[in-house]
Amino acid sequence: MNLKLKALTKSLWVFHLAASPCNNCDIEILDALTPRFDLERFGIQLVGSVRHADAILVTGSMNRKSSERLKRVIGQAAKPCFVIAVGNCSCSTEMFGKSYNETKPLDSVVPVDAYIVGCPPKPEAMIQAVAALVEAKLAAARKQV
Amino acid sequence: MADEVIQGFRERFGGAILEVHEKSPSRTFIAVDPKRLPDIAEYCYKELGCRFSIATGMHMTSGVEILYHFALDRAHRFLNLRVVLDLEKPSIESIAARVPAAEWVEREMHELLGIEFKHHPDMRHLLLADDWPDGSYPLRRDWKAGGDGDNGKK
Amino acid sequence: MARSKTIIPIGPYHPLQEEPEFFKLHVEGERVVELEIELGYNHRGIEKLAEDLSYDQVPFLVERICGICSSSHPFAGVMATEDVAGVDIPERAKYIRTFIGELERIHSHLLWLGLAGHFLGYNTVWMWAWKYREPVLDLFELLTGNRNHYGMMKPGGVRRDFADEDLAQAVKVLDSLVKPTMMFRDVALSDPVLQARTKHVGVLSKQDCIELGALGPTARASGVAIDVRKDHPYAAYDRVDFDIVTTTNGDIFDKVVVRVLEILESIKICKQCCQKLLTVKDGIDANLTDIPPGEGIGTHEAPRGEVIHYARSDGTNRPVRYKIRAPSFMNVPTNKRAVVGYTVSDATITLAAIDPCYCCTERTVVFDVSTGKALMTGKDLLALSHEKTRNLREKYSSRMDKIWI
Repeated sequence: MNLKLKALTKSLWVFHLAASPCNNCDIEILDALTPRFDLERFGIQLVGSVRHADAILVTGSMNRKSSERLKRVIGQAAKPCFVIAVGNCSCSTEMFGKSYNETKPLDSVVPVDAYIVGCPPKPEAMIQAVAALVEAKLAAARKQV
Repeated sequence: MADEVIQGFRERFGGAILEVHEKSPSRTFIAVDPKRLPDIAEYCYKELGCRFSIATGMHMTSGVEILYHFALDRAHRFLNLRVVLDLEKPSIESIAARVPAAEWVEREMHELLGIEFKHHPDMRHLLLADDWPDGSYPLRRDWKAGGDGDNGKK
Repeated sequence: MARSKTIIPIGPYHPLQEEPEFFKLHVEGERVVELEIELGYNHRGIEKLAEDLSYDQVPFLVERICGICSSSHPFAGVMATEDVAGVDIPERAKYIRTFIGELERIHSHLLWLGLAGHFLGYNTVWMWAWKYREPVLDLFELLTGNRNHYGMMKPGGVRRDFADEDLAQAVKVLDSLVKPTMMFRDVALSDPVLQARTKHVGVLSKQDCIELGALGPTARASGVAIDVRKDHPYAAYDRVDFDIVTTTNGDIFDKVVVRVLEILESIKICKQCCQKLLTVKDGIDANLTDIPPGEGIGTHEAPRGEVIHYARSDGTNRPVRYKIRAPSFMNVPTNKRAVVGYTVSDATITLAAIDPCYCCTERTVVFDVSTGKALMTGKDLLALSHEKTRNLREKYSSRMDKIWI
């Protein structure tokens, strides 16, 4: 199996990217680091630079102003890097789809590896989703070998 | 006290006060002559001691309307100054120099409704992207998706 | 010889701020000499979207303007609609609305306290503030079905009622928050490093606040005694006993103190509502069916200040015009006055001190325009802030009996 893939599933470093969120998803992501959920015991850490990220959590819909910048930021990540759409806005634009500011879902801009629906998704749901994603990637990698 | 406030407006601005609608003790709507609006707004802010809360721009059939919402906090009351501007080329003097809190508020109304605020210090886009097509004002009723002919659903 | 200036961008995607915003700091050496603010990354065109929705759908849309002060927008919005119709709602609904509004203030202020702690390098404060915030979110989930975005407000009243046994649980949770809040208050009042970081920093004068129309704790920390709950009483605020908190120095320390003390006032209000809800049972819905032509305004004291909504009706079930103004729209411009003149290591906490609800206003991104050289990232700025705290700790360590990590 790809060494990098094996390594990153042991200790996932995530980068949080807010597109045009209402902030609830962002706060719930941060919440997952706080004592009740304590993401860090799984080896998951929030990092300050996309270049160190193994996974990027994107909240909020893309819009006219943010789409290009976002694409650029995500492009800077070292591969492999999972892109995870967190919350209904990034999964599907929620109720902002008809906006004049050209809102669109994340997967219309970059390929997405996982969708965590919810408004906002609870921290438990996010942890479950990341775990499931890692499992799925590992299983896929084993199949290839 | 309610009467005193309206009396004060009439005494000070005479015919520039076009119509007063006291919807309730806490909601008064005062239609004013757009040419005198800056003076009346300054009067609300400096002499009555109102707080400028926000302004609502609206594209209506009779014209482009602006409601300047002034809060007279100590009297538990909102004084709303209404002007009706030309439908095609709505234009009014900026109040930003006299009521600093209005600076961003006017910028927003300009970019979303196309209202010209004369002598405004900084009329750049506030919320819309810099490459937003000129002359495209999304809050207008007849607004159609961008100059590029799509609504970004590329 | 021209003095060299540096540009420090914070954002638009900055780990320090939760939302995308562009601030451009112009610095000369260590001092910030100018701040440029550029918004727009968060703009979703909600006012226009509201024109396509019916009055009872609008609260769901506007709730999602901001996740932290989630019920603030629907609160003001349904009152704007009721103002158009000239309708009064049942007393029980007023108490429920007040309770939700105040519980939200508690969670929001605890959230801010945690973030402020994080920005200053007090990660323990962050963890503890958010730990104590969890039971509040659990209470929201118990009473409304969701930790955030509670969907409680509707034109005419509230969407859900509270059971008496749930109210008992609420009182328990509220009581359990008093001691931790007092602990935060005592930390603020006694920790010399926290005081060194926040006193006389990011000062906004009373005049600044009045000129720029600043709102909420941002204004009250500078001695501007405005609060919608007292100035334009609504819901049950004229039936409960509470004080508004003001201080006079306008620095970051004062903003911390105002928010911490407001938590205690909110706990008081919530408990009074719980008491009243045991006996006031006149219904939760005025059963509004028609909105006549007209216009209305609704205002609410959100955790960040006055939220104002305006609705214009033509007698149909959709607003002809729906205007929303979040408090941060008035507070963010005050950054220009609060950040300029201070050191760059204080910029991050100063920008955060207005408790920006970026989503509400579209936060700004800071970038420094000088020579265009030597760019620092936002991460560097956070590191600068942490470094300053570390240096101060060393300086004060002999005077401190507790070291806050």
